[in-house]
Amino acid sequence: MLRYLSRRLVASLLILIGITMVTFALTFLIPADPVRMIAGRSASAQTVESIRHQLGLDKPVLVQYANYVAKLAQGDLGRSYVQKTEVTLLIQSRLPATLLLMAGAIFFEILIGLPAGILAAARRGKFLDRGVMILSFVGVSTPQFVLGLILLYVFANLLGWFPLSGYGSFQHLVLPALTLGIAGGGWYSRMMRSSMVEVLRHDYIRTARAKGLSEPGVILVHGLRNAILPVIAMIGLDIGIFMSGAVVVESVFGWPGIGQLAWLAIQRVDIPIIMGVTLVAAVAIVLGNLLADLMAPLIDPRIRLR
Amino acid sequence: MKVYAMRGAVPAMALALSMAISGNALGQKQGGSMIVTYKDDISTFDPAIGYDWQNWSMIKSLFDGLMDYKPGTTELMPDLAESYTISADSLTYTFKLRKGVKFHNGRELVASDIKYSIERSVDPVTQSPGQGFFWQIKGFDEMAAGDAKELSGIATPDDYTVVIQLSQPDATFLHIMAINFAFAVPREEVAKYGQDFGRNPVGTGAYKMTEWALGQYVIFERNVDYFREGSPFLDKITFEVGQDPSVSLLRLKRGEVDVLGDPIPSANFVEEKNDPANKGLIIEGGLLHTGYITLNVTTPPFDNKLVRQAVNMAINKDRVLRIVNNRGVAANQPLPPAMPGYDPNYKGYPFDPEKAKQLLAEAGFPDGFETELYTMNTDPNPRIAQSFQQDLAAIGIRAEIKSLAQATVIDAGGQGTAPMLWSGGMAWIADYPDPSNFYGPILGCGGAVPGGWNWAKYCNEEIEARAAKADGMASDDQAAARIDAWRQIFIDIMEEAPWVPVLNEVRFAMHSARIGGKDIFFADPIHIPVHYEYAYAKDVK
Repeated sequence: MLRYLSRRLVASLLILIGITMVTFALTFLIPADPVRMIAGRSASAQTVESIRHQLGLDKPVLVQYANYVAKLAQGDLGRSYVQKTEVTLLIQSRLPATLLLMAGAIFFEILIGLPAGILAAARRGKFLDRGVMILSFVGVSTPQFVLGLILLYVFANLLGWFPLSGYGSFQHLVLPALTLGIAGGGWYSRMMRSSMVEVLRHDYIRTARAKGLSEPGVILVHGLRNAILPVIAMIGLDIGIFMSGAVVVESVFGWPGIGQLAWLAIQRVDIPIIMGVTLVAAVAIVLGNLLADLMAPLIDPRIRLR
Repeated sequence: MKVYAMRGAVPAMALALSMAISGNALGQKQGGSMIVTYKDDISTFDPAIGYDWQNWSMIKSLFDGLMDYKPGTTELMPDLAESYTISADSLTYTFKLRKGVKFHNGRELVASDIKYSIERSVDPVTQSPGQGFFWQIKGFDEMAAGDAKELSGIATPDDYTVVIQLSQPDATFLHIMAINFAFAVPREEVAKYGQDFGRNPVGTGAYKMTEWALGQYVIFERNVDYFREGSPFLDKITFEVGQDPSVSLLRLKRGEVDVLGDPIPSANFVEEKNDPANKGLIIEGGLLHTGYITLNVTTPPFDNKLVRQAVNMAINKDRVLRIVNNRGVAANQPLPPAMPGYDPNYKGYPFDPEKAKQLLAEAGFPDGFETELYTMNTDPNPRIAQSFQQDLAAIGIRAEIKSLAQATVIDAGGQGTAPMLWSGGMAWIADYPDPSNFYGPILGCGGAVPGGWNWAKYCNEEIEARAAKADGMASDDQAAARIDAWRQIFIDIMEEAPWVPVLNEVRFAMHSARIGGKDIFFADPIHIPVHYEYAYAKDVK
């Protein structure tokens, strides 16, 4: 277990170094000059060059990369070109909202996806199965801003059960988390169904049925434990995806998450923020995957980590 | 002209006084609060750095400069200065400061703060986008190059006198003293916060910032020590950021929000505008803005004047106005109607595709040609570009639309690789209300360099000389002649047709019934988008 963990951590570190290289290279390929954006429209060529020099953007690319990595090692993500604020602070200030939305979204995904998938598998080929699968398809394919606005209009504007927009209380969280949860829940239910259908074919399920266990018992005790593994892996992936921000949902609900920050930075060619957010998201994806892998043996003891 | 009519301290004081009195007469009371929403996060409150339409007016509420504008107009008036005199050669400006003006930290403003603040914007270390505005002050070149630590042209003989020497007469100089980049900041606070001053602003303005939850909201509270008695009205303004404009509109109608900082969403505009319930709540105001197509005069076939004139005649501006729900008026010259120097008698190029075809044939392109039209990729700009594409096709010009991110389009324009470029979404909004601001960077030779904002790369030495001469006419008695000179410059530029002026944007602001204030303060030409100091709450007891 420890050996496995250390091996995985080393591999993760290598992946992250690769990601810093890719993001660094990408920002050089953007066909826009960040210095021009800082210098403003009435800047002279001399001013532009002076700013380029101060930001170290006139140095060779490799030197710039080395400087970047050296600072990164000290936890310094640099300062925003436009806001002049430390990127770590900007990301930190968005982190609570992002984590909260992530937790809420995953909660709804599981709440919606697991029962729906299990029911569909148990009634495979029947009317209920078809109904659930159609609904999940609708959930998956509805654009988030459409779903978000519909929920907002019905539950916040017409019924007034939830606030229209903002952040700060439990009520604020429900609708954005539900919007993400419905889309994700659709995926989860399909994943759960196919995995459960697969498991229910196994001999030990037939044995369990033969020894007289009730059908819910068969499915929930013997089936679920074996069928849930792919779903756990998917949660790990989701953690990473939500950490890079849910841009659409955040903008519909005025949620102060990382997605808004990234979106604005992209528009303003604010490269330090773009790189910072990318890095944080990459770390989260790597950690999320690691977490899912570590949890697997706890649920299914047949899996050994080596 | 009007811009120069207000000089000296007496009219300004009379104005402040009359406003305080009329304020009371209208039943406006100090107190209350309002909530303003914005889609985008606020970038910074540092007056030397902030340069976007969203923080422009907020910075004006937090800080002050030597000069300001009479509210709701483009007329200059002294602000931190109590009075000023200009030498006969127009090279020396002497400002007398108001006494007893206090920064939000309690310290009194003195002359050296003014010197420090302007020098801070010029200092290359600050990386101010406004550095270039101060070119006319003696010693600018040395300081901008990093060779001098201060501007030799600014002297402070005593705590309440600032003397500024120019290297050459500049008629726009008082406007420069009213621009955000010249606003007074206390050096001890800048030293304390360093680069984070933009998140911890300390000024002399009507409001002080008391809280900023990054990505969520900013709170301004009334500065009780503000030097203009009776101003501002509201005790507290909360700016909520990251709010979708259509959701904010719903919230405004439910009374949760008072002012939409962003424009009314396009999809809701017609419905809201026609709703009788919104009578008096939607305010229309002209911006100092022109939307235009640049024709790169250095690349064939746009190096041919006849081709450029043909394009001017081919564009159907009425269709563009319909696309933007008539939130604008058709333009025929670079200057917007609210700008001094605008020529109301100039007719411009008529919409005449037949004549345009003739001109193209005359220019040697009877079958038209292929070209590229760059546009920013956010709505409605791609739709407007398609409208242009259709107009151009009618006279045989096959334009391929390059719909790209803002920064990419600006870069293509700056590098001169865009033969045609629609300025929508990044067009020129005046930094200060003077015609010269619509020339230098966007039509003058200085902007026609790689990376410059003159995307047509138009550089006419004869016009350049006339422009320099006009800006040298800095004395009061030359003001009218100067504006006439500028008017003629822009009309002569239109004869050469480096641009197709398309429209002047009209801004529609919306506020709740609870908030009052003269309409013009919600569509102020300078304090875009809202003059926060003049809004008041009607429910204050």
